[in-house]
Amino acid sequence: MTFELSDLLTLLPETVLLGITCAILIADLFIPQRSRMVTYLMVQTALVVTLLLLLTSFAGERQVILSGTFVRDTVGDVLKIAVLLAAFVTFLYARDYLRARNMFRGEYYVLGLFGVLGMMILISAHSLLTIYLGLELLSLSMYAMVVLQRDSSLASEAAMKYFVLGAIASGMLLYGMSLLYGVTGSLDLAAIAEALQAGRAPGVILSFGLVFILIGVGFKLGAVPFHMWIPDVYHGAPTAVTLYIGGAPKIAAFAMLLRLLVEGMPGLHEHWQAILVVLAVLSMALGNVLAIAQTNIKRMFAYSTISHVGFLILGVLTGTDSGVASSLFYTLTYVLMAVAGFGMILFLSRQGFEADELDDYKGLNQRSPWYAALMLVIMFSMAGVPPFLGFWAKLVVLEQVVAAGMTWLAVVGVVFSIIGAFYYLRIVKLMYFDAPEDTSPLNPNVEMRMALSLNSLAILYLGVFPGGLLALCQSAILP
Amino acid sequence: MSADDIKLIGIAIVLAPLVGAALAGLFGAYLGRKGSHWVTILGVAIAFGLSAVLFKAIVFDGAETFNGPVYTWLATEGIRFEVGFLIDRLTVMMMVVVTFVSLMVHIYTIGYMHDDPGYTRFFSYISLFTFSMLMLVMANNFMQLFFGWEAVGLVSYLLIGFWYKRPTAIYANLKAFLVNRVGDFGFLLGIAAVLMVFGSLDYATVFERAPAVVGQYFTILEGHEWEVLTVICLLLFVGAMGKSAQVPLHVWLPDSMEGPTPISALIHAATMVTAGIFMVARMSPLFELSETALSTVLVIGATTAFFMGLLGLVQNDIKRVIAYSTLSQLGYMTVALGVSAYAAGIFHLMTHAFFKALLFLGAGSVIVALHHEQDMRKMGGLYRYMPVTWITFLIGNLALIGTPGFAGFYSKDSIIEAVAESHIWGAGYAYLAVVAGVFVTALYSFRLYFLVFHGKERMDEHTRAHLHETPPVITVPLILLAIPSVVIGALYVGDMVFGNWFGSAIVVAEAHDVLGELAREFHGPLAMATHALSTLPFWLAVAGVATAWFLYLKRPDIPDRLARRLAWLYRLLTEKYYFDRFNEVVFAGGARAIGDFLWRLGDRLLIDGLVVNGSAKLVGFSAAVLRHLQTGYLYHYAFAMILGLLALLGYFVLWTPQG
Repeated sequence: MTFELSDLLTLLPETVLLGITCAILIADLFIPQRSRMVTYLMVQTALVVTLLLLLTSFAGERQVILSGTFVRDTVGDVLKIAVLLAAFVTFLYARDYLRARNMFRGEYYVLGLFGVLGMMILISAHSLLTIYLGLELLSLSMYAMVVLQRDSSLASEAAMKYFVLGAIASGMLLYGMSLLYGVTGSLDLAAIAEALQAGRAPGVILSFGLVFILIGVGFKLGAVPFHMWIPDVYHGAPTAVTLYIGGAPKIAAFAMLLRLLVEGMPGLHEHWQAILVVLAVLSMALGNVLAIAQTNIKRMFAYSTISHVGFLILGVLTGTDSGVASSLFYTLTYVLMAVAGFGMILFLSRQGFEADELDDYKGLNQRSPWYAALMLVIMFSMAGVPPFLGFWAKLVVLEQVVAAGMTWLAVVGVVFSIIGAFYYLRIVKLMYFDAPEDTSPLNPNVEMRMALSLNSLAILYLGVFPGGLLALCQSAILP
Repeated sequence: MSADDIKLIGIAIVLAPLVGAALAGLFGAYLGRKGSHWVTILGVAIAFGLSAVLFKAIVFDGAETFNGPVYTWLATEGIRFEVGFLIDRLTVMMMVVVTFVSLMVHIYTIGYMHDDPGYTRFFSYISLFTFSMLMLVMANNFMQLFFGWEAVGLVSYLLIGFWYKRPTAIYANLKAFLVNRVGDFGFLLGIAAVLMVFGSLDYATVFERAPAVVGQYFTILEGHEWEVLTVICLLLFVGAMGKSAQVPLHVWLPDSMEGPTPISALIHAATMVTAGIFMVARMSPLFELSETALSTVLVIGATTAFFMGLLGLVQNDIKRVIAYSTLSQLGYMTVALGVSAYAAGIFHLMTHAFFKALLFLGAGSVIVALHHEQDMRKMGGLYRYMPVTWITFLIGNLALIGTPGFAGFYSKDSIIEAVAESHIWGAGYAYLAVVAGVFVTALYSFRLYFLVFHGKERMDEHTRAHLHETPPVITVPLILLAIPSVVIGALYVGDMVFGNWFGSAIVVAEAHDVLGELAREFHGPLAMATHALSTLPFWLAVAGVATAWFLYLKRPDIPDRLARRLAWLYRLLTEKYYFDRFNEVVFAGGARAIGDFLWRLGDRLLIDGLVVNGSAKLVGFSAAVLRHLQTGYLYHYAFAMILGLLALLGYFVLWTPQG
């Protein structure tokens, strides 16, 4: 392995983040609980500094460094910026919730930052090893975060399930990678892509390798039938952690899909496409149908996530550049909406009250027309109603699916979107047409109110003017 | 006057009433009642004044016909949709008539609607109507014509239902709306056909290209060929039938009397209902090329003229009698169009606008004096109390029945002569109808006159005690309308009917030029009047008046006995030939039956039951079943993953060819 000094410059955002995180880890030990805000501010500063470092060198030359294990390119930069923004907003939303539950401690933030670092590594991975490294860094942080409330049996159970299933999936992924290495003789994604020339049918070993790898990716994304952990974890984890899990890691999962399949195995496109079609259809079907049966909004969002993952896969499975770009657009849109949605749960919860049952949303319009309207924007956008951003996301993905000659798949997507509209609209109905059961005043935190309003209005604004974001996604993928 | 001046004046004429309507409509609450009526009257007065200026410029000073765009709305695939004016002699005449009658009605309304809570709304509507009607007559293309056509229809709808708390008014405006939809559907199809055949909506272009398509055929149904121009003309005429209330689309007009009387005068007598007549005259270059279309127009017009007049004999509501009279007179105009005597039709349109507005406003005056009583059986002997109304009404009646010298005589007699001269198919039937119509017209007109102004005073004591002439805002318009009702015929008959006054605005084929024939025998209005004394129509009119006098003043018991003796005929007439019944049973009932059937089968069973609720149930059911997959047991979850793994592996091993 060769190391040049100039590589350090390319690695600067990750290096700085790692440094600050370690510093916070130590500093937090010496900060008394009443001054925990200092930790919080340091954490947010770390994210902002990393973000600035990324922005100053945004969209430069594509660089592969560290003996081909790490890549820095435009799509990676876009994804990392999205991860940092999502994490920033997540930490902001989570603060009051954590404080009310005696969880406002360094662990949440430090683990969160390590997770962010894992995501950034995963996004920039250029070898199987780096992918695994990033993935495990992210996953281990999340396992621990789920059980942050260690007295809660629900959380412990969820963390246990997550950890065991995650370990199985991780093992499968690793096994698949070893098979792939055995066939191609390389860990470098570019070298693997070259070795797997298009047109040749894969041997049994390669097929097995591909299937095991896809299971690893499917688990990370939460695609049916590797989705079982999602409802339990989303439900069992403290909402602040659910928000974390439901947001930025989806971007990392998309990056994993992109690096492994689109960049690493373009030669096997028709094979992984066949599997992804199955995963996509199952995810959209099961996610949307089961979301209807939920009474807990966190579980409902969990199934909604599964269905959105199905949609996200649709774009990637076309294998075309514009198809992948449409998926990127979908991913960013989804994260924006999911963060806002969980943020709304956090906003409505308070000490001793989780606001995670659907009935808790009854009559929100009478309590606060403004936040009911924001929630309406989020729900309409998730359901894919124009002119909100979610509509465009679905539209561009479906366009690419049709362009790839799979009109039937697009029709399936539309049918399940319509079914899915039901449970989103049910929330709207509860908010506007039912009488409130709970009339306590809403969270007065101005910072949070501003952020949540901006977050939701961004969905509307980008829905009315989707051109900029769309162009960004296209320019990130297309050379 | 230059073309640019004409264009600017045209724009001002159109916009003045629109601004008035907008001000009164949107800011009526701030302007108040006085402010509202002043602003609208001012708008219409400006329109009338400028129309008169244009009339003078075009007719007397010999300014060029203006035909040009004002504003291009959109251009698509070579077709331009624009607002444009065609200002020729036909247009300026219509503009002057419309704005003059509208102005009179505006002034009259101050008195008539004095106590109405919807005062400002009413002014806003009638100004809006004036704007719409002007857009219609000034159009130089079919799109704007259609805009005006629909806009006057809309205002008519709004005004028939002006007293929206009355169920009968709502029924009437719905009826007018629906019947006009039928006509407009045909009209729109006609416009679409024009666009398809000629590739343009511009009048001038279409007229220029029209002769080239003579002899071309559509195949609409397999094996049936239709001449292109005939189809276009007939479709356009369907529109005219709706708007100008020709049989069988006439049913809405009598019911439209539910609207306030000034509206009956302005919209449902003088202007809007004549839009169809105007349109056909405007389209004369097209209609002249299809004898089939002309004969259809002729027969329908003649039927309307005679049979609708008969219905006026059995009505007891003063406004309804006049409404049937309007139907009958519209029939006369249509007959004129059918025999290619467009000039005579338009001339009758003009004279009719004056005297029929006069009659309606006169009736309105009576209604106001009797505290909104409209039943003629509760009137009588009013000439003692309301001299101005009485005299002006008599003048209107004399004009209507065609008394030599009065306006109506010249126009109606010209039509009858033109029909006699025509050799087109259906002319024989039409001649019988229009001549017999003269007797009927005289009979119902003077039945009304005698019942209202003479004979026994049948109103109750209280009403009689308060009976007096109506205020000047009502009587002055009556007098101002009475003047043209007398003189306008003699003044213009020579020019308009026999003098090729309209120039290039109206095109008549050589073979159909009945007015040209008649012009050779025309020796001035006086000679025409004296000659008429020895013709059949005059004596029929006299006989009609005499019969009315005998039946309703001398022996008022006879009509009742006649009604009993000829019960079937009387019933046929009071039931209006069962048109309404037929429409209600067949069209309304049929539509409702079909709707009900589709609702049951399509909506409730298929869509609601199967598609909506069925799929919802299916989804709900599968959700209920599938949620059991999420058992909560870790080993189930792991098992699911392993199953997934096995399935994917199996897929690769079994279905993918190995290399």
